[in-house]
Amino acid sequence: MMAARLLMTGNDAIGEAAVRAGCDAYYGYPITPQNELTAYMARRMVEVGRVFIQAESEISAVNMVFGTAAAGKRAMTSSSSPGISLKQEGISYLAGAELPAVIVNVQRGGPGLGNISPAQGDYFQAVKGGGHGDYHMIVLAPDSVQEMHDLTIQAFDLADRYRCPTMILTDGRLGQMMEPLVLSETKVSAHAKPWALTGAAGRPPNCIRSLLLADGELEAHNIKLQAKYRDIANAEIRWEERWTDDCEVLMVAYGTSARIAKGAIETARINGAKVGLLRPVTLWPFPSARLAQLAAKVKSILVVEMSSGQMLEDVRLAVEGRVPVSFEGRMGGGVPTEHDVLLRLRELRAEPAIAAS
Amino acid sequence: MTASPQALYRCPESLNDVSTHFCPGCGHGLVHRLIGEVVDELQIRERTIGVAPVGCSVLSYFYFNFDVTEAAHGRTPSVATGIKRVLPDRIVFSYQGDGDLAAIGMAETVHTANRGENITVVFVNNSVYGMTGGQMAPTTLVHQRTATTPNGRELSDGMGPPIRMCELISTLDLPWHVERVALDGPTGVRKTRSALLTAFRGQMEGRGYSFVEILSPCPIYQRLSPTEAFAFVGSKMTSAFPVRVFRREGRSVHA
Repeated sequence: MMAARLLMTGNDAIGEAAVRAGCDAYYGYPITPQNELTAYMARRMVEVGRVFIQAESEISAVNMVFGTAAAGKRAMTSSSSPGISLKQEGISYLAGAELPAVIVNVQRGGPGLGNISPAQGDYFQAVKGGGHGDYHMIVLAPDSVQEMHDLTIQAFDLADRYRCPTMILTDGRLGQMMEPLVLSETKVSAHAKPWALTGAAGRPPNCIRSLLLADGELEAHNIKLQAKYRDIANAEIRWEERWTDDCEVLMVAYGTSARIAKGAIETARINGAKVGLLRPVTLWPFPSARLAQLAAKVKSILVVEMSSGQMLEDVRLAVEGRVPVSFEGRMGGGVPTEHDVLLRLRELRAEPAIAAS
Repeated sequence: MTASPQALYRCPESLNDVSTHFCPGCGHGLVHRLIGEVVDELQIRERTIGVAPVGCSVLSYFYFNFDVTEAAHGRTPSVATGIKRVLPDRIVFSYQGDGDLAAIGMAETVHTANRGENITVVFVNNSVYGMTGGQMAPTTLVHQRTATTPNGRELSDGMGPPIRMCELISTLDLPWHVERVALDGPTGVRKTRSALLTAFRGQMEGRGYSFVEILSPCPIYQRLSPTEAFAFVGSKMTSAFPVRVFRREGRSVHA
């Protein structure tokens, strides 16, 4: 029997994924465009006998996540861009104390209070650290409601496996649109957490901390964190490729921008243009090595983002000048259209480096 | 035949037998010891989880012989909430100073109390920031000199008067036990122990939120000798912060 297909919003799909992944506690605070998720959890978490709290702030919510994670249980919080800024201190503490947690950012336009339209302006914040200190989160970027669901389940597993805060970086369009999806039956296996604070019964006391004052202690801790990040980068890079076998122009885009790119490429292919797509699914770690391989065989690269060009920097770092890298993007809640992208592709194909082929 | 010797005073099992980093005459050592005694007496060491703040008492995990986590500055009760909600049969307390609890953590303090979380908040009020070098706290007394009120905290300076936390918490409906005590001498120490015992026992019985404010000496930044600091706690501090029970078994107690 085929699994039933349901129609859900991306925000609800994340919520149901968290429930199925064994999230023990969800802590939220209202902010558009992620409110559906908090409302979904308010109903579902209580239904399944788990913890739901509407906290007094995003700051409090992420610190409740810290407490639940310290107790060895699975916890999630969600917000949108301005609220995610408020969570950065907590995320740095989670990273420093090596606590697993899932944080969802349904991005909106910024900077400041910005607007409530979808955006991708929080890329730097998500993949370069965001809070203080040398750390990374694992950052997953879905491009469909099905993937919002599936990657959230994976996020709980990755967070536990690496004791690392893990972010779902999405946007208001993916959060609020509805698509059919099949609910996951994947079980996230339990991870042993001998470090958790459960009461010192029959063992020496456990301690969760990120304050390391003894000479050299903090540097040693940082070296250990960086080794862990290398392990993650070696094992967990994910991406999707389409039409890359013969492409002359490679597009790089994630999330909503990748959907627009896919639409544009379908039209471009009908018109005979050899265009392909690399869609990073993990934004950190970034699929730099694969991108470098592809850069060696294409003539040009076009990055599409709903930002001023943030992932663009990581693309350029990976490409290392092998081919020209162009950019098509909009900011402040603006969303590029397929038409915009097609015009840009036409310009690129008219440029000498490509026209010569 | 002589009776075998009986120890009348020893290091509680819930405390590690180590030297602390606290300054001579500091109240934190006393509060740590009293918590250790209470946890021993209630036989809950193996299911107690402490939440340490940012401030002088952040290193309490070196001194308590049970599970302890750090929390970001002021977020201590939120972290305690996150633990207690998923481990409701554990005994969870936050240990907070005046800056942590009444300045940067005011929102968390008030809302945790308002939810009636079944945790215990131990609030050590010594009227000054210690770890960072003696700056003005929300509870610094009027005229008290600190690094950031070099001429004394004056209402005319626009810094506001000291905040009375027990009074504020007592305006909320759900707190079960709210009490202020003072480490001003042996009687005050015994009353502090008794207040902590009530609070922890209440949590064990699932009564709800308990808040124990402990007026405490900080000789270095109160700019006094250890002996003078105890006298300061027992006179000037108790004048500004009346020592009494504000909420008992969920009911308001009027002065």
